[in-house]
Amino acid sequence: MSASTSTAFEKARADGRAALVGYLPAGYPDVAGGIDALRCLVDSGCDVIEIGLPYSDPVMDGPTIQAAAQHALEGGVRTHDVLRTVEAVAATGVPTLVMTYWNPVERYGVPRFAADLASAGGAGLITPDLTPDSAPEWIAAADEHDLDKVFLVAPSSTDERVAMTTAACRGFVYATAVMGVTGARTTTSDLAGPLVARTRATTDLPVGVGLGVSNGDQAAEVASYADGVIVGSAFVRALLDQDDRAAGLRALAALTEDLAAGVRRA
Amino acid sequence: MTSAQEAPPTTSRYDADERGWFGDFGGRFMPEALVAALDELTAAWQDAMADPAFVASFEAICRDYAGTPSRLYEARRLSDKVGARILLKREDLNHTGAHKIRNVLGQALLTQRMGKKRVIAETGAGQHGVASATAAAYFGMECTVYMGAVDVKRQALNVARMHLLGAKVVPVDGGSATLKDAINEALRDWVSTVDHTAYLFGTAAGPHPFPSMVRDFARGIGDEARAQCLEQYGVLPDAIAACVGGGSNAIGLYQAFLDDEDVAIYGFEPGGDGVETGRHAATIHAADSGVLHGARTYVLQDEDGQTVESHSISAGLDYPGVGPQHAHLAQVGRVTYLPITDAQAMDALALLSRTEGIIPAIESAHAIAGALDVAKRLGEEKGPDATVLINLSGRGDKDMETAMEWFDL
Repeated sequence: MSASTSTAFEKARADGRAALVGYLPAGYPDVAGGIDALRCLVDSGCDVIEIGLPYSDPVMDGPTIQAAAQHALEGGVRTHDVLRTVEAVAATGVPTLVMTYWNPVERYGVPRFAADLASAGGAGLITPDLTPDSAPEWIAAADEHDLDKVFLVAPSSTDERVAMTTAACRGFVYATAVMGVTGARTTTSDLAGPLVARTRATTDLPVGVGLGVSNGDQAAEVASYADGVIVGSAFVRALLDQDDRAAGLRALAALTEDLAAGVRRA
Repeated sequence: MTSAQEAPPTTSRYDADERGWFGDFGGRFMPEALVAALDELTAAWQDAMADPAFVASFEAICRDYAGTPSRLYEARRLSDKVGARILLKREDLNHTGAHKIRNVLGQALLTQRMGKKRVIAETGAGQHGVASATAAAYFGMECTVYMGAVDVKRQALNVARMHLLGAKVVPVDGGSATLKDAINEALRDWVSTVDHTAYLFGTAAGPHPFPSMVRDFARGIGDEARAQCLEQYGVLPDAIAACVGGGSNAIGLYQAFLDDEDVAIYGFEPGGDGVETGRHAATIHAADSGVLHGARTYVLQDEDGQTVESHSISAGLDYPGVGPQHAHLAQVGRVTYLPITDAQAMDALALLSRTEGIIPAIESAHAIAGALDVAKRLGEEKGPDATVLINLSGRGDKDMETAMEWFDL
C-alpha cells in the first residue's frame, strides 16, 4: 500500500516546494517496459504518479499521448494489465493514481474497478471526461474503498462549477490551465494563475496544474503558484524519441531530474 | 389504419429530461473544459426554439434555400409489387441531396445568433461535411471539416465539393482514421477554440444538448410527413421506417409520430456482412451499453470497453455508436430496430431504381429493404390500403462508385 496522495503534497509543502506529478500510459512500449518507465519516474524524483489507461478514443489527448496509447492497445494491453502496472508502481510507496476515460471503467464495472484498484494499492482515479455531476456511481464506489477522486477544473469553468467540482474531489484538484488537449507547449499560460486562485478560494485541497510543462524552468514557473506540477506528454515524448529502451530510460531520468530541480527553485 | 388526429405536440413522452437523459441513456460525459460551452449552447438553443422569429427564420431558409417541405410520394409500382401502399418522404430532393441540410442550417443559424463566426464539423462519407460547408458558405462563416484519412481517400468527390464550397478539410490519421476519429479530432479542435467556434454535430448523438437539438432541427421530416399523409390520405400510416446509423434522419421522422401509439415505428440498422459475422454496425442489435462521444448509449466495444471498428457498405451508417434517444426507444419497445445486411440494402437500391426511377442513397436503401418486408406483412393482414411511410433520407449519386463495384456495372 502506497502513501496517500495528500500526504505526498503535504510533504512537498513542508519542504517549501510544489509536488512533481508524473504521467505515463500503462503498456508503453509494453507492460514490463511501462513499469520500468514509471519506476524510473519514481526513482528520479516524482512525488505522485498517474498511470494512463490506454483508450481507443482519447478526445482530450494530443498527438504524443495518442500515439503511445494506440501503440499500447495495438500491443494488446488490457485493463487488468493497467491494474498490474498500478500494483508494481504502488509497491514503491509513491501514491499512484489511474487517469482514465470513463468507458473502460464502466465496462469493467464501477464497484469492481474500485475494489481491484484499491487492492492493487492504487490511490484513486483522475477522470478527464467524467465531471462530478455525472459521477454518482464512481463517487459512491470511491468512498467505499477510500480512494481519491480527482476531477478537473478548467479556465472555462464557472465559479459555481469550480466549487461543485472541488467539493467532490479528494486527493487533489486537477487544474487544466490551458483550453486545449494534452501536449508539451513552449509558452506557459496566463490562464493558469487566475484558475488556481479561483480554485483555492473554494478548497483546502492541493491544486495540481497541467499545461504542457516540458522542462525545469517551466516547472519552476508553475510551482510558483501551484501545489503540484503535472507533466505527461514531455515524459511520453522522451520515450517516443528514443530507439532503444535503455536510452529512453536515461532520457526519462534526466528529464525527471530537471523537473524535480525546477519545482525546488520556485 | 389509424383515423386522423390533430397535429402532434412539439414534445413527446420520449423526450429527455432537463439534463439530457432519455431514461438510462444520454447525459453528458464530457471534459469540464467543454461543459460551459455545452451549457451556453443548451441555453441558446432553448431560447431560440422559444423565439417565433428564430423558428420562422429557420423555416424560411429551409423552404427557400433547401427546398422543404420535401414531397410525400406514393410509389405506385412498388406498392403494387408488395401489396401495400408505400409512401416515400423525398428528402433526397433537398438541396445537397439529403435530410442533413436541415440540421446544419439550424445549427448554423443558431451559431449566427450566438455571434460565432467559425464552424467545425466531422464527416464520415463526406455528406455532413458537404452540408456543413454549404451552410457555412450560405452564412459567410469559416468552416473546418475533420475527416478520417481513410475516408478522405475513398470519398475524393466529396472532399473536392467541400474545397469548392470554401471549407478546409483536415485528414485525421489517429485511431482507425474513420468517422469516430474525426469526431475525436473535432472535439480536440473545439476545446481550444470554443470561445469563437461552434461544433456542428452531424447526428443526433453526442453529449446533451446535441441529441435533442439535432432532432429538433431534423424533426421537420416527420412533422411534414405526418401532415402530408393526413392531407393526402386522410389517415396516419400504419407504419413508418427509416435507416439508423447515428440516427438523425430516423429521429427526425419519428418525433412527430412517437405519441401516435397506433403507428408502428421501425429503424433499420446496418447489418454489414451479417450480425453473426461481427462485421456490422448494428449497434442497437448488439445492445451493449457504454459511453462514447459524451453520451451513454449502445456502443460496439470489446470486453475492456475499447471501441470496436464498425462495418457497413454505407459510409453514412458506419458508426460504432447510436443516438441515445434511439437506445431509449429500443429499450422501452416503442421502436423496433432490425439489422439489414449490405446485400439486402443493395438489392433494395436496385429494386427502387428499376421500379420507381429513384436511385436512393445506400443508407436509405436499408430503410427500403426493411420496410418492404413490413409492407408485405401488413398488406397480407390489412389489404392494399395498408400504408408504410419510408424516409428516403438521401439520393444515391454519391454512391455510384460503390454501386458500380457491387453490381459490376
